[in-house]
Amino acid sequence: MSTTTALEQATRFEAVIGLEIHVQLATRTKMFCSCAIDFGGEPNTRTCPVCLGQPGTLPVVNRRAVEYAIRLGLALGCQIAPSSQFHRKNYFYPDMPKNYQISQYDVPICLGGELTVATDAGERRVGITRVHMEEDTGKSLHVLDTTSGVGVDPAEGLRVTRISDADYSLVDYNRAGIPLLEVVSEPDIRTATEAQAYLTELRAIVLALGISDAKLEEGSMRCDANVSLRPVGHTVFGTRAEVKNMNSVRSLGRAITYEIARQTDLLTRGEPVVQETRHWNEATGTTSTLRVKETTEDYRYFPDPDLVPVQPDPAWVDELRASLPQLPAARRARLVESLGLSGQQAAGVVGAGLAPLLDEAVAAGAPAAEAANWLTNEVTAWANERGVEPAAAPLTASHLAELTALVADQTLSKKLARQVLDRVLAGEGPPREVAAARGLAQISDTGELERAVDAAIAADPAAAQRVRDGNRKAVGALVGAVMKATKGQANPALVNELLTGRLTAPDG
Amino acid sequence: MTPLTRHSAMGLRQLLERREVSAVEVVQAHLDHIAASDGHLSAFLRVTGEQALAHAADVDRRITAGEPTGTLAGVPLALKDVLATRGIETTCGSKILESYRPPYDATVVRRLREADAIVVGKTNMDEFAMGSSCENSAFFPTRNPWDLERVPGGSSGGSVAAVAAGHVPLAIGTDTGGSIRQPAAFTGLVGVKPTYGTVSRYGLIAFASSLDQAGPIARTVTDAAWLLEAMSGHDPLDSTSIPEALPGLRGTLEAGVDGLRVGVVREFLGTDGLQAGVKARVTEAIDRLAELGADVVEVSLPHAVYGVSAYYLIAPSECSSNLSRYDGVRYGLRCDGSTAEAMMAATREAGFGAEVKRRIMIGTYALSAGYYDAYYAQAQRVRTLILRDFAAAHERCDVLVSPTAPTTAFRLGDKVSDPLAMYLNDVFTIPSSLAGSPAMSLPVGLDDDGLPVGLQIMAPVLCEPVMLRVARALESDLGFDPAPRGPNSLTEVAA
Repeated sequence: MSTTTALEQATRFEAVIGLEIHVQLATRTKMFCSCAIDFGGEPNTRTCPVCLGQPGTLPVVNRRAVEYAIRLGLALGCQIAPSSQFHRKNYFYPDMPKNYQISQYDVPICLGGELTVATDAGERRVGITRVHMEEDTGKSLHVLDTTSGVGVDPAEGLRVTRISDADYSLVDYNRAGIPLLEVVSEPDIRTATEAQAYLTELRAIVLALGISDAKLEEGSMRCDANVSLRPVGHTVFGTRAEVKNMNSVRSLGRAITYEIARQTDLLTRGEPVVQETRHWNEATGTTSTLRVKETTEDYRYFPDPDLVPVQPDPAWVDELRASLPQLPAARRARLVESLGLSGQQAAGVVGAGLAPLLDEAVAAGAPAAEAANWLTNEVTAWANERGVEPAAAPLTASHLAELTALVADQTLSKKLARQVLDRVLAGEGPPREVAAARGLAQISDTGELERAVDAAIAADPAAAQRVRDGNRKAVGALVGAVMKATKGQANPALVNELLTGRLTAPDG
Repeated sequence: MTPLTRHSAMGLRQLLERREVSAVEVVQAHLDHIAASDGHLSAFLRVTGEQALAHAADVDRRITAGEPTGTLAGVPLALKDVLATRGIETTCGSKILESYRPPYDATVVRRLREADAIVVGKTNMDEFAMGSSCENSAFFPTRNPWDLERVPGGSSGGSVAAVAAGHVPLAIGTDTGGSIRQPAAFTGLVGVKPTYGTVSRYGLIAFASSLDQAGPIARTVTDAAWLLEAMSGHDPLDSTSIPEALPGLRGTLEAGVDGLRVGVVREFLGTDGLQAGVKARVTEAIDRLAELGADVVEVSLPHAVYGVSAYYLIAPSECSSNLSRYDGVRYGLRCDGSTAEAMMAATREAGFGAEVKRRIMIGTYALSAGYYDAYYAQAQRVRTLILRDFAAAHERCDVLVSPTAPTTAFRLGDKVSDPLAMYLNDVFTIPSSLAGSPAMSLPVGLDDDGLPVGLQIMAPVLCEPVMLRVARALESDLGFDPAPRGPNSLTEVAA
């Protein structure tokens, strides 16, 4: 088969993608017991008889987790079930204390919503099949005594491997019983970019609701992608592969792009796609078989007889509906309409969770667009470097207003302002104090600048001559020299003005 | 003078209140009796004498100091080994939990300790409460104090044997399909399965969660009522615990049956295989109720005959899931295996007995994709029909009566090889279990072999007061003596 034919065939497929996203809820206690949710504890210290599945113990539903589920359901436009049920999902695995997971099955708490995401190709509506509550499992560490392992667990310094060839396994049940929401999308997504936009938007909603810290890198938000291909124009789904282990929006995009290419290649060569679970490897940029689903696993779901149906009081649901915060889409629209931000700026501010800070800064007198730029560029970059949320930056609205004011009155150049902001973020105090303490104020004193300009002209008479001869661009070298001499603190516009005045004025 | 070990709990309380005896003396007398005669019975899996005497001494100290004590202060009590006791081995009669020490007390245990009942030990049972003879205990069978060659019934066999023998005046049993009532009937005792949800299941190691309920076992109705009051009440740790408290039980005990409507369940009294002695004593007891002023009518529970079939799908289904946690990973028995999965399989293979494995397999099958609707879901529909049968019968009757079990105590080994025959011993007790309504067994006499016969009294949900009132009236009229007697009884053999 010639390359051209293969390519022609390849372009005839479209991808059908559905995402299953697990959101770890930021409740104070676990889903069915009163153990504190407190990350970073020594293994097996955040446990009690209930979450360890000790004989005789019983689960009691965490009301706050139900509240969070309802809030997310309402934000996604789902129906809130007047009565939903917990089921047991039965399978044996050492990190599951009861060897069944309490989850929801045919009557989940939220059904049928949607999420509109902005992509390069315009807005797309992605259906939400359901949102259901469940408990998390513990964490297994499969250890090799000897020779080589798959990797090394940084915390324990142990050689880790897969369960099948481990010499022994360690289990940490601190995570067991932490409440999760599983958000299942309809297979409405067609491209990697759309999938990324969907995940980003869902994450923004979760953050706006304050129900999870939604950190993909740390696993408090986890995303699995079901990917299949079908010939364009067909309505029947192809065989899908489920891809796991993407721990950033970027890796979700890479994994889907890879998976589409892999399946396209198979189908183009006339080979079947196998229904299986595949593991995304960030380092190699590929997916590989984790387990093949020859038959649907039989989890023997049945209603958990230890629990009664969840029947939220309609008045409570109405109360939760009324108290929903403004959601990202509405926040973006407002920033564009009332503050005049560009769509991109608005997305940046909202995506970083900085809309409240921007609002306050504007109220404190900062120009919106300028403040937004500081937030989406410097503050976001600062947070990314440190792996923290931008909203956690030690920057107040009054700092931001002060900074923009210092730039506006030419006390600081953009460049100096950036240095000042760095110091503010380092906790050195408000911008004006930092500028003063660090001597970072811009020099606009003409007397001082005139001396520096004269010195620069004297030091580079050739450049000065070129300017006099009408070469306007040559003034740049002299401005640079003045800036260097003043350690960047000279007001560049003023320097330019002075130089031009000196070198173009008629002699004597 | 009556020995301390033949006093009722109420009688002991009176002696203690009058300071005629100390709690330590009461407990020591019972411990001595256990030491002297439990070798014949094997009612106890372990006796906690030291802790019992320490608790009794503390009760005595408080009585002397005039400090408050609980409602059951100084009364010895035995716990079925299905209830979690902090730091004390709790095995469920299974090898898989042989050395298991729970890190917590069951709510029932906590309540009884707070009532100052003195826990003297943990009693034998069919493994994970699955059985009707106590022969499914992984450790040893328990014998019936009325005839040592016979079973005490099950699964609460150890608890009833201990109470009947005078080892304790009170014991806690658990009832999933009859595990309190049938053994109480076999040993001439009062055994109550309360309304589902009135006694906390927190710490009751689950067999079938939607059916399991702990209840009192005693030699008198008054003692049983008293114990039930102490052990029941809402528990926030059990989501199926009902918010309403049981109405007061003891206040109306002596109110008699005059004007009460008693329904005789036609299908139960007409069953093939009902022993003649059982039928005779039950019929006489019903006649006495009429004599005492009750309005006796015949009623029908048309779907009750399907109870056993539905029960043997629902209970195994729930048990197949409830018992998955015994895998050797966290506690209990662990057998070696080359992989985690092999370790789990080897542990379960070695740790569970035949009956437990049988039920896990039945339940696993019944819950499987493709079979769920035909088995588990269908059984739940039958359950609903039985519930409606009871509702209809109770429109006409305050209580329903029937034999507790079709036979009196059978011989050890008689039914071990025939699980179906064993299951049918629960035919009369299962319907109330499925309905979640209260039911109890009251001794109403002896059959021709000198073995006790039990009358089952059933009432609507939360109607324990009227049920116990009927039982008390009949008890008072019949004057049944609960002391085991007969040529092969503990009393004769141990004497």
